[in-house]
Amino acid sequence: MKHLTSINDLSRDDALSILEMAREMHDVQRRPVKKLPALRGRTVVNLFFEDSTRTRSSFEIAAKWLSADAINVSAKGSSVSKGESLRDTVRTLDSMGIDAIVMRHPGSGAAQQVRGWVDASVVNAGDGTHEHPTQALLDAYTMGIDVEGKVVSITGDLAHSRVVRSNVLLLQKLGARVVLVAPHTLLPAGVDAWPAEVTTDFDAVLPDVDVCMMLRVQRERMAGGYFPSEREYTALYGLTARRLAKLKPTAVIAHPGPMNRGLEISSAAADDHRSIVLDQVSGGVAVRMSVLYHLLAGNE
Amino acid sequence: MNHIISGAMLPDGTITDLFVADGVLVDEAPSGAQTIDAQGLVVLPGLVDMHTHLREPGREDAETVESGTLAAARGGFTAVCAMANTQPVTDTAEKAEHILDLGEQAGHAQVVPIGAISEGLKGERLAELALMHRSRANVRMFSDDGMCLMDAQLMRRALEWVKPFGGLIAQHSQDSQLAGPGACCHESEISGRLGLGGWPPVAEAVIVARDVMLAEATGSRVHVCHISTAEGVDVVRWAKRRGIQVTAEVTPHHLLLGTELLEGYDTTFKVNPPLRTSEHREAIREALIDGTIDVVGTDHAPHAPQDKDHAFVDARPGMLGLEQALAVVMEVAGEELGWGGIADRMSVAPARIAGIAGQGRPLAPGEPANLVLVDPSARAVVDKRESASLSRNNPYDGLDLPDPVRLTMYRGRITHQR
Repeated sequence: MKHLTSINDLSRDDALSILEMAREMHDVQRRPVKKLPALRGRTVVNLFFEDSTRTRSSFEIAAKWLSADAINVSAKGSSVSKGESLRDTVRTLDSMGIDAIVMRHPGSGAAQQVRGWVDASVVNAGDGTHEHPTQALLDAYTMGIDVEGKVVSITGDLAHSRVVRSNVLLLQKLGARVVLVAPHTLLPAGVDAWPAEVTTDFDAVLPDVDVCMMLRVQRERMAGGYFPSEREYTALYGLTARRLAKLKPTAVIAHPGPMNRGLEISSAAADDHRSIVLDQVSGGVAVRMSVLYHLLAGNE
Repeated sequence: MNHIISGAMLPDGTITDLFVADGVLVDEAPSGAQTIDAQGLVVLPGLVDMHTHLREPGREDAETVESGTLAAARGGFTAVCAMANTQPVTDTAEKAEHILDLGEQAGHAQVVPIGAISEGLKGERLAELALMHRSRANVRMFSDDGMCLMDAQLMRRALEWVKPFGGLIAQHSQDSQLAGPGACCHESEISGRLGLGGWPPVAEAVIVARDVMLAEATGSRVHVCHISTAEGVDVVRWAKRRGIQVTAEVTPHHLLLGTELLEGYDTTFKVNPPLRTSEHREAIREALIDGTIDVVGTDHAPHAPQDKDHAFVDARPGMLGLEQALAVVMEVAGEELGWGGIADRMSVAPARIAGIAGQGRPLAPGEPANLVLVDPSARAVVDKRESASLSRNNPYDGLDLPDPVRLTMYRGRITHQR
């Protein structure tokens, strides 16, 4: 395994191997001295063309705890406007002899394109509305890895979500049953062909779900006519206190963040004892350590 | 130089010798003629492209009139209509005359300037359409190609304005409001999976429908550039039956290539309108064969690497087309169209619709010697490096296709031979 730009890069065994090792890495996180020597001498560049606090710091911490040198490059603003092509930007970095590029880019497919242009390993930290594979891995990790037969609902702006694409692919590999919930205006084109059930009726789904994952809805989408008002969106698709009561006692509530409290998720739900939102963040570092280890260790 | 072209087969199947003297076809062998052996070759009237982006002035690193018309000659073309979206935009008589002059200086093919419909392609007010028509460039075709003329009132005014001189309004039919700002490919299962913003097919059909109704209401002529959807074709078919003066064009790439090529995010395949699915491909192929679509236009759109080496959404749309256009048409519809049909869709009809005198004419004495000799059976693997274009965004690279063009003659001069 050299790159991770899509969940499709992983077999089921690859995914399980990453998730199992993440458990070990997670234990390291609880020690007073967190550093492992595994990637000493390796250089990981976090190349972010979009603002991100949690994903970038999560990758940076992961690299550092594995003793890699981590460098952050912020390349915000499109390369088009700067007059440099994406190809030139990444080849310039690659020429410095780095080992991995962790890349976030607003353009779908950018990480896959970069794979073809560089010698370094490429990790997709989110490309446009395409994929965010380490998010899906950490979601599965937080769900307890063994999700075989579990019902996972994913509700929100699915059309513009990179999280949902990676999650559907990974959860299918791991044997979960995925139910996608969104209004037609926020469903991706051709979603019927995905390995998931699709519905516009959130209430009908709630009593069955083991994991209720809520996705962020950007308020700007209202201007695009995707939904009439926050009030109407919340009434139909928000995880309100009323809907919270319909969830099974054993169900968990997930949200990849950042949350719009009061829009797609109520504070009652976000702070409920069944919420695993903060566990997702905590597991994120461990999963990214495991990913970097899988891609870089022993890859002399 | 005078020529005898011996033993060529005309589109109707007759084998004949053609005689060329002083740039014109004549009825007997001229003195001092060089003989071109055309045994086994088909002779067609020189191809005419209603839709070429030559990039000059403005982006001479991507293409020039010189390089673009050399590519045209290699593709068997003797005339190309130069789209107006250069920098500056061709929206005045002087700018149109400049393009005309560049074409004459290059001399590899007739360059016919297309004028912008709206000033600066902004879609706000009409360009000086009649002055462009009255200029030496004699502009008859107007297009904001690259941008859809969204304002229905302005579209109506444009149709009314060009009607007295028989001008043609050519529309890039795509409702920009029906696709998000990041739209960059066909809206389908693939766009949804790849996370790319889609142009839905209906965005084309609604504009075609609006424009044919405006053409009917004004009694003027409208041309649908690069039609790409089954729905769009259905509207054109309906409008033609109703007697509306509408013509339609299809590109080689929409006939052959599909949206599935986007799986690897290769920006070579980013084009507007986008490559679509096989149902659409089959519908436009049938429409080309039955005549609903009148012409093949290449939409030859050269781009420098630095405009393509970006994330898919950021890369410029467009692909090369001049050098493989005939090959692609032969490949997808050669049998059904026959040589007469190919000559019609790629030479006779485009010259007639665009109003280009001396092109798309019968291969008969007295006519200008604009012709192409075609090998009907040769094939080759396309190598994008072998091109006269300055750009390399060739979507056919690596494909095994017909390799037809043996000789191109423009006004009696050989502009390409191999």
